[in-house]
Amino acid sequence: MSSLGPDTTAAAGPPSVPPAAAQVRVTRARRSTLAAAAAVVLIVAVLAYLPYLVYSGTTNLLVNFFTLLIMASMWNLLAGYAGLVSVGQQAFVGLGAYGVLLLASHGTSPFLAIPVATAACAVLGLPVWWLVSRLRSGYFAITMWVIASVCELIISQIPSFGGGTGTGLPGLPGNPTLLTADTYWATLACAVLALGVVYLLLRSRIGLVLTAVRDDETGARSVGVRVASTQRLVFLVAAAGCGVAGALYIVSQQFVEPTAAFSVLWSAKMIFITVIGGIGTIEGPIIGTIIYFVLQQTLAQYGTWYFIALGLVAMAIAIWARRGIWGLIADRFGIRLFGVGYWLSPAGPPDRDRGSR
Amino acid sequence: MSWVNAIIQGILLGGLYALFACGLSLMFGVMKVVNLAHGDLAVVAAYIGLGVIAITHVPAVWAFVIVVPVFAVIGYVLQRTLLQAALDRGVLTTLLVTFGLSVVIENGLQQFFSANSHSINIGSLVSDSFSIGSQITIAYLDLVILVVAVVVLLGLQYFLSASASGRLIRAVADDPEAAQISGVSYRHVFGIAAAIAFGTVALAGLAFGMYSQFDPTIGTDQLLLFAFEAVVIGGLGSLWGTLAGGILLGVAQQIGAQIGAQYELLAGQLFFLAVLVLRPQGITSRKETA
Repeated sequence: MSSLGPDTTAAAGPPSVPPAAAQVRVTRARRSTLAAAAAVVLIVAVLAYLPYLVYSGTTNLLVNFFTLLIMASMWNLLAGYAGLVSVGQQAFVGLGAYGVLLLASHGTSPFLAIPVATAACAVLGLPVWWLVSRLRSGYFAITMWVIASVCELIISQIPSFGGGTGTGLPGLPGNPTLLTADTYWATLACAVLALGVVYLLLRSRIGLVLTAVRDDETGARSVGVRVASTQRLVFLVAAAGCGVAGALYIVSQQFVEPTAAFSVLWSAKMIFITVIGGIGTIEGPIIGTIIYFVLQQTLAQYGTWYFIALGLVAMAIAIWARRGIWGLIADRFGIRLFGVGYWLSPAGPPDRDRGSR
Repeated sequence: MSWVNAIIQGILLGGLYALFACGLSLMFGVMKVVNLAHGDLAVVAAYIGLGVIAITHVPAVWAFVIVVPVFAVIGYVLQRTLLQAALDRGVLTTLLVTFGLSVVIENGLQQFFSANSHSINIGSLVSDSFSIGSQITIAYLDLVILVVAVVVLLGLQYFLSASASGRLIRAVADDPEAAQISGVSYRHVFGIAAAIAFGTVALAGLAFGMYSQFDPTIGTDQLLLFAFEAVVIGGLGSLWGTLAGGILLGVAQQIGAQIGAQYELLAGQLFFLAVLVLRPQGITSRKETA
């Protein structure tokens, strides 16, 4: 059920009688998809108005939420769609954060520095990709980790970045109310943009290529799919995405130190959120981030037990419910909120939302 | 002379890295699993060693007599249950599950043993040494660890290439299904390979616990990466290569440390990346690439 493309024709209609091509209606949208689109617009509008309604504690929490959501979505794009499992995405989180620091210490407004640092992460992603692209699976994963470690070691040698002890971010507006609201709006904008990019990417030809590669890389190569350039594009988008998350992280914390910015915990959070929510779906990281946040808020007082529980749940889901919580929901109710696939249905009477996507 | 000393210390340190890398190399070679929990398992072995010494009052250096068999059993059981279940579902799941295991172990250790550093007390052995000339001092412990590493890696290489059980393991590594058809339970052989790998992990963890301080985070922060780098530098599928890779990594780190203490880790990582760029198949292997 997770595949797009030619084989989806077999899933429509009664299983024993595959409908002829002329009798099949192909649509991209469903009622659930259209309703979701309307809901997204409404939710973003409400979220954008939120700083006028709630205290800064709430918006700060949401800044945290959206930053994690961006990271998880990027990791999902990388692992769930391009099949590139990385445990070193914290390299780009850290580089994004320090990129903002570098620009801000030369007088740029930190908020203007966010897009520049993001673009810089995508550019830095190129040589990294050149280095890691020939590696497979576990080797790719750990080499990315080594690269994150190299970035951390180099940056902690630079005195103007505060060395290993870290430093504050200069150039932020003095008014705390304004700062909180601006940070929130910037984070919200980046999150909407990041999810929008992921959605459009997967809806485009790239999404089709990625799904073909994920399902059968050799088969995809043999019909002329350009695997390498597609994976590179996804890697660079994920590099930029993790970079923007790091940039937002330093702006919201107003402080950065190498061990925290390049911590493998970032990768752990991205992975747990995506796996629990549902890897290989756009909805998965969103559900996962919500679950993660609810658990964090309720279990935070139990300290490390919380992370142990999260790890155990993620392991169990990776083995027994590989499509995560969202996979269970989608299978049970037959809904897709983000229509990146195609629906096939007999041209006759309207049917239930039961088709393949 | 201080450079010669750096190289000698690097070779000694490399023995420890090679010992760490041995289990990772074996598990990758046989099961095609990159075990992301490898470093944490070594730290667990060091903590178990502490416990065994505290309870049984055996001399610290003999803790391995108990810890290594215990770890071999843990390895077999873990492979037959969790790791095999993950393996059946593909490479992605294996990575996710071993990464989850790593996080669970690290946080579990913090919960039970706090974040404080410990070390396995072996008394004066840790500082006893002999000198060559005026500049070079060799600690007995370092030398013993290097000798153990050489014996374990070469012994294992010999076991795999010459013994009947070793042939079985290599046959399963080449093609588990064909081996199964020939009447070999590949799951059982995987379990045996994991047991051997975990035994060497335990040995490495205990050696590390005697060699330096350890805490719950060191497994992911350093040990996993060092072990992985030693495997890749040496070239896949060769335990000889892993020994050479560990020693080269140790030498690179010590040369970095000679330039400036803050460059010790960076020199090792950059050497690894350089090997990856220039000789991705590793220094000993001829054709295969990662």
